[in-house]
Amino acid sequence: MSKQSPEFIPKDTNGPSPELPRIFDNPQNVKRFLIVLYAVCAAVLGLDFVVDRHIEHPWEGLFGFHALYGFTVCVTLVLVAKELRKVLMRSETYYDGDGDD
Amino acid sequence: MIELPPMIIFFVGAGLVAVTRGSLRSTFLLAVPIFSALSLSGIPEGSHFNVALFDYELQLLRVDKLSLLFGYLFHLAALIAVIYSLHVRDTVQHVSGLLYAGSALGAVFAGDLITLFLAWEALALSSVFLILARRKSSAQAAAMRYLAVQVISGLILLAGVLVRLNELGSSAFTFIGLDSAGGVLIFTAFGIKCAFPLLHNWLTDAYPEATPTGAVFLSAFTTKVAIYALARGFPGTEILVYIGAVMTMFPIFYAVIENDLRRVLAYSMINQLGFMVVGIGLGTAMSINGAVSHAFNDVIFKGLLFMSMGAVLHQTGKINGSELGGLYKMMPFTTGFCIVGALSISAFPLFSGFVSKSMVMVAALDEGYPIVWLALLFASAGVFHHAGIKVPFFAFFAHDSGIRTRDPSFNMLFAMGIAALICIFNGVWPWLLYGLLPFPVTYEPFTATHVLAQSQLLLFSALAFAWLKLSGLYPPELKGVNIDADWIYRKPLNWIATTTLRVVSHWNEIASDAVVSCLGNLNRLVFRYSGPQGVFARTQESGSAALWVAIILAVSLLLYYF
Repeated sequence: MSKQSPEFIPKDTNGPSPELPRIFDNPQNVKRFLIVLYAVCAAVLGLDFVVDRHIEHPWEGLFGFHALYGFTVCVTLVLVAKELRKVLMRSETYYDGDGDD
Repeated sequence: MIELPPMIIFFVGAGLVAVTRGSLRSTFLLAVPIFSALSLSGIPEGSHFNVALFDYELQLLRVDKLSLLFGYLFHLAALIAVIYSLHVRDTVQHVSGLLYAGSALGAVFAGDLITLFLAWEALALSSVFLILARRKSSAQAAAMRYLAVQVISGLILLAGVLVRLNELGSSAFTFIGLDSAGGVLIFTAFGIKCAFPLLHNWLTDAYPEATPTGAVFLSAFTTKVAIYALARGFPGTEILVYIGAVMTMFPIFYAVIENDLRRVLAYSMINQLGFMVVGIGLGTAMSINGAVSHAFNDVIFKGLLFMSMGAVLHQTGKINGSELGGLYKMMPFTTGFCIVGALSISAFPLFSGFVSKSMVMVAALDEGYPIVWLALLFASAGVFHHAGIKVPFFAFFAHDSGIRTRDPSFNMLFAMGIAALICIFNGVWPWLLYGLLPFPVTYEPFTATHVLAQSQLLLFSALAFAWLKLSGLYPPELKGVNIDADWIYRKPLNWIATTTLRVVSHWNEIASDAVVSCLGNLNRLVFRYSGPQGVFARTQESGSAALWVAIILAVSLLLYYF
């Protein structure tokens, strides 16, 4: 195994009392966080009706263009990257022992 | 007051740091960037500190708006990185950090291409120690690959400069353009350092192998020197628009599936460089302003992200997303700073990326590149997805990994705090940064249209992440390496090289055996005739020679009488 970095000094583990339950330990809080996200998303989409936008390209004028585009490309990105993994991914030791230096 | 190039101040400072220890060294480390920045602020625009080298005049200190902006940026980056590394007890890292920052300053203040070349190679040589200092075999191999690529970039630059000298008789570093062979060579050299597609792997290979503090230095300088050089030498070169668009897009696919979180940041760095390259390629006042101001912001927020991940690595010894999680409980400050960096790189309104990246995107539409604009929009959503959400999520949230640790030392938190403040300040009050830009700024960032469009894009990207995660479609963090363009030289080229070496050494053995046996035969032959027992080596007694002389004399005497 490789040596640890010289800067790595194991710290004692008395963090700020890690045994106390923290905000996201409660699944209810995660749910609340998501509800806020959904609400904010709906709000910024709704603002499209209200705000008089100065667009520079016709595509921008479509209702919810940025919202729809952002959502679609992110889903596409992740699903394509997931498939790419099948082509690109190798074991961690793939390059080991090549003497490539 | 004498007008000293910052490079010289940093190099002298590195010497002082090398021979001092403890708090005296820390004082020198902090004093160098502060003193140098103060000295720089007193220097008027123009060309100073010219040195004659043979027939050429090296301009070590060309001060104008563009070089000053990068100059101050590099001083700021050096100061933050130095504060972040104060706790390190490693002379190699402190000295090479200052030499590296000094070389970057040497490059941006270079008024001629020969000085630029010297600084270019100094950047490579000084920075490699920040990777070697990890003292791991994988880091050493990556450092050697990094050094080879950087030195090759320098050699191509030198070739380009020499061709250009021959063509023009001038080595001035002004607009270069692609219409000459020298220009193409110089463009290629800049492109390697700027991580153009297929030339980019040195970055994603080496930066994640550097020490936690070394990666902070590395993220600031090399690539931004390349951006400066492109902005100086190739503004308005159209091919840059397309190169930049590709740079913004392909790394985000890798970033989604990469497990090493510092490598995720390295890929997102290429994505951010792509925005700057597009801006330089468009070549308008607004797009160059956008590219340069984005370089400024990127140094700070990318440095902040590398600092927060460096803190995680330093505290836990782990950096893979698959091994981390739940650290927000133990490292609340680091978590907060990381989120500020994440919001800044994602260009949320009121964070620094927003006021600079949008200039490039608006310029792309203005100049009639709607497809490039769509690509940049895709890349903006993508960078939020991986650098903005994935990095903080898998390090600090996700599931509880069971790691128990705490926030890093005060100096590391302080450095992150400064960077976070600058991210927020530039995002809220961009006018100070705008005032430093090379062209007057007419762009108005906080219009309802811009703010709403960007908010929709980012919030719905976050929604996509939440949906993918909840539906189980999001790919899990897996251990492994993802092959990239470096596969070409790490596998097939490596195989060709080692096979060639094996074949050559095989034939070399046969040939040398043959030569040795020939020489042996020759040696035996020579030995037979010239050796101690050989014909040529027989000795005659001197008495017999005297006898023969006497006989010859007697015979000649007899002949004389008759």
